[in-house]
Amino acid sequence: MRVRRAGPSAVLLELDDDDAVFAAYDLLSAARADGTLTASEIVPAARTVLIDGVTSPDRITTLLKTRGPSTPSPAAGSSPTIKIPTWYDGEDLDDVAALWNTDRAGVIAVHTGTEFRVAFCGFAPGFAYLTGLDQRFHVPRRPSPRTRVPVGTVALAGLYSGVYPTASPGGWQCIGRTQAVLFDLEVDPPALLAPGASVRFVEVG
Amino acid sequence: MALEVVRAGVRTTVQDLGRPGFAHLGVPRSGAADAGALRLANRLAGNSIDAAGLEILLGGVRLRATRAVTLAVTGAPCQIMVGDRFCDPGLPLAVPAGALVTIGPAVAGLRVYLAVGGGITVPQVLGSRSTDTLSGLGPDPVRDGDVLPIGPVTALPPGVDIAPYPPPAGSLRLRVWLGPRDDWFTSSALATLFAAEYRVSAETDRVGARLTGPALTRAVEGELPSEGLVLGAIQVPADGQPLIFLADHPTTGGYPVVGVVDPGDVDLLGQARPGTPVSFINARR
Repeated sequence: MRVRRAGPSAVLLELDDDDAVFAAYDLLSAARADGTLTASEIVPAARTVLIDGVTSPDRITTLLKTRGPSTPSPAAGSSPTIKIPTWYDGEDLDDVAALWNTDRAGVIAVHTGTEFRVAFCGFAPGFAYLTGLDQRFHVPRRPSPRTRVPVGTVALAGLYSGVYPTASPGGWQCIGRTQAVLFDLEVDPPALLAPGASVRFVEVG
Repeated sequence: MALEVVRAGVRTTVQDLGRPGFAHLGVPRSGAADAGALRLANRLAGNSIDAAGLEILLGGVRLRATRAVTLAVTGAPCQIMVGDRFCDPGLPLAVPAGALVTIGPAVAGLRVYLAVGGGITVPQVLGSRSTDTLSGLGPDPVRDGDVLPIGPVTALPPGVDIAPYPPPAGSLRLRVWLGPRDDWFTSSALATLFAAEYRVSAETDRVGARLTGPALTRAVEGELPSEGLVLGAIQVPADGQPLIFLADHPTTGGYPVVGVVDPGDVDLLGQARPGTPVSFINARR
């Protein structure tokens, strides 16, 4: 773990892998909940956790050392898996099948057979970067992004899978769609897929 | 009880101090681009500092209050008229019911702030009434004919003659904390950052202030995995031209952040017109 400063009131923890990011994120969130840590934002990402709005950055290092950032996350496995009903009829399904040396059914089998985890959110409110796909199934972004990807589109890029919570431009490979509501202001928390959540895609129809 | 928008101007939005606490779900903080100016306007109008007011890009707005209200105008200097009477910014203005309030064009700076006693009480979204221009959360930008609800007055305006504040600076010297990714840049790039003069480019908005000047060259090639961003982060995209993130910045980004503008200096960028010279000084020295 490496501690980097991001201005006078934020700390960026650099971690070795996904699991270490989850462990640090859980530990820091718990510390904030029980009042041992004051922070306005705790933002996990691919290899880092950003803690913003901290009064004494040194305190975070002490916290992680005393509680240990490598303790297994209590949340992992204990929260129920979120199921995303999906129609696999995306425009890039055949392209992805070709990249994976399989057919449409093969893509669906791999995607529905993978236990995903929300690594982090970003890009748009409720957009979750889902990890879990085996390395041989990582695909490049499309050569040029689409100007409009419809809401609910299930897509792949790099090591991630994701679902577009709103219609937006996007360069990911579109393999399907869902009617699941990814971001709902009437629900607390508003995002269906929060960091650390377990996710499975289930084929519909 | 409401504020009628007779003329909305080029870009007027409702802003408070934003919606912190949701960045882990991809929700930007948003809020006033010059938060200090909004806080002052609120204090002058007898509000708590986090009440919602109007952020008026370049001025040029006409409003009418349906009841007698206290208004306060801060931020970019502009001419203010209540009915046919000229008024000053930086003090509480007693506005009779039905009087036309005219905010003239900003003569310097970018954003005029207007607070009304009781605050603008459009519905909250995740605890804030701010319009987030990046994600689309919060109310739509203000349009001609809008009727903005006003809350109950909770306190009298303060008994001040005038609250002085500095006019927008002609050039900015911003304190910068190096990191978190200063090691992705050559030592000559870091020297350039603190020696060169940049200028605010025309592509500047609530998301960020884009600068033009000497390119900052990287010592590390390749892509940086996305990581969390703070307000005032100086991101350096592939072309080497710095972009300083403001209120509506995305929650994560994949270009290296060479340094962070001190939180006390970020408001200055919210008032910096395109062409404004910007230089940086090392905050740690």
